Amino acid sequence: MPVLSLNHVSMSFGSLTVTDDVSFEVPAGEALGIIGPNGAGKSTLFNLITGNLTPDAGQIHFQGHDVTRVPAMRRCLDGVGRSFQIPQPFDKLTVFENLLVAATHGRARSEAEVMEDCARVLERTGLMPKANAPAGSLSLLERKRLELARAMATAPKLLLLDEIAGGLTEGECQSLVQTIREIHAEGVTIIWIEHVLHALTSVVERLLVLDFGRVIGIGDPAEIMESREVQEIYLGIEV
Amino acid sequence: MSATYSVTTRTKSSSIAVLLAVLSVAVLIAAPGFAARGTIQDLFFILTMLTLAQFWNLLAGYGGLVSVGQQAFVGLGAYALYGAVILGGIDPVMSILVAGVAALLLAVPTGFFAFRLHGAYFAIGTWVIAEVVRLSVAQWRSVGGGTGTSLPREALREMVLVDWIQELFGVRSSAARDILAYWIALALAVGTITGIYWLLRSKRGLALSAVRDNIEAAQSVGVDAGRMRWLVFLTSAFGTGLAGGLIYLQKARISPDAAFSVTDWTAYVIFIVVIGGIGTIEGPILGVLIFFLLQNLLADYGSWYLMILGLIGIGVMLFAPRGLWGLISEKTGLQLFPVRRRLVGGQLTNKEG
Repeated sequence: MPVLSLNHVSMSFGSLTVTDDVSFEVPAGEALGIIGPNGAGKSTLFNLITGNLTPDAGQIHFQGHDVTRVPAMRRCLDGVGRSFQIPQPFDKLTVFENLLVAATHGRARSEAEVMEDCARVLERTGLMPKANAPAGSLSLLERKRLELARAMATAPKLLLLDEIAGGLTEGECQSLVQTIREIHAEGVTIIWIEHVLHALTSVVERLLVLDFGRVIGIGDPAEIMESREVQEIYLGIEV
Repeated sequence: MSATYSVTTRTKSSSIAVLLAVLSVAVLIAAPGFAARGTIQDLFFILTMLTLAQFWNLLAGYGGLVSVGQQAFVGLGAYALYGAVILGGIDPVMSILVAGVAALLLAVPTGFFAFRLHGAYFAIGTWVIAEVVRLSVAQWRSVGGGTGTSLPREALREMVLVDWIQELFGVRSSAARDILAYWIALALAVGTITGIYWLLRSKRGLALSAVRDNIEAAQSVGVDAGRMRWLVFLTSAFGTGLAGGLIYLQKARISPDAAFSVTDWTAYVIFIVVIGGIGTIEGPILGVLIFFLLQNLLADYGSWYLMILGLIGIGVMLFAPRGLWGLISEKTGLQLFPVRRRLVGGQLTNKEG
């Protein structure tokens, strides 16, 4: 049974169709990459999966249950974790407290129960030295890591990463990719939107290409990248 | 690598603060034994304004709900108390609870409408609702309509504990009533601060801070943001209603214009929180003391007084946006009511010492 399945999902803002009849399935344990030009509707697709938006038509199933109209906080409890494209830390809370909110509320546990888990997430994401610093004082890389760490603290079964490697130096990007690879190796299903293609293709098993809200290709990353449509539409190359 | 961690909120100053707080409360309880009646009345004013300020701070500073309509809960609470005493024949002290419950009940429809609005619109919305409540209460003939009314003398004379206080301090009935009101105000202020401090240190308090910082992200990590807003809104309404009832019990005279005054019950309260430091428990305590001093210093200057308050408010917002307590806390690292959870032990042992 797939962890996630979208069935003819559509979403419009006014007359602009941002998600156009999208259907795909993600098997448990897979890492799926999503690419597409700016404005293709990638982040909207994420917001539909996390429940920050409700689609106009179609159904979304998570672990076999219809979650189309289930609100974001409920889906988080069920196991959908996400990072935001523009990091959205709780500025005035410390890094540790950011994780504590996610771990206590995202899993309905007490602070004492999740404290050690938060410490482990801080260790593996390299944020331990900043544990007691206010999140508002972090650098861009640290903010990106906090996005990942906070999503991990909710103990997700499905992890959605939105352009987490964007804006990082090559070295920073490499170490972040390593962390993501480790998380994936533990069996967490990942859907990852990314413009930094070499980072993405080094982790994901399948690629989905989105353009004008439509799925124009899904499959093996190498084949997808060489397909005529992707070269034309996504890379803007005349073939 | 896997070492044991623990969490602490204690700071060096917080243990001393607990001692100081216990001492000040003890002195305040004993105050009627040695302080003049005027001083007790001043302290009553300070404590009730402090309670209102703490609840507004909970709403705006922690819940992100900037209400300009708190006078609705003060006024309705006060009128509920008068209604309970005059029409229901209930003891005035017991009627304070009626005041809280009435404000709580008003908060349900108010929240239902006001939560559809955000930011500045929410602020204006709550103000409009407060005006509607004021105009409606002014139609209530049996408590004096638009001109207001007084608490009946018999009810005040027969109030619980008044006899006992008269004997204890050897004072007249009216002074004994002031002492009783003062003690209730002290209990309310201490209860409010303790309650808010407890809330902020709980799991819910953490969620509340997350909602304040970023509501969308909070929902995405499983926080029920809607429930948190209702929680602080209803709690604040209940506490503000209790304070409103108590304030007008002590005044013994009420009118709609005074009980629903936006200046007295919201503008001054916002001033106290803003100059003291929004989003901290210490801020309103410092703010109310400054406000009281300014009010006494400038009492003879009429409308200049309000203009100077306004200028000070603007000055603080420009040069110390986190208020005077924010400034002190930043310079000295002082936290009297620490809520920040710090991770210690494990890999952090060497660094934190």
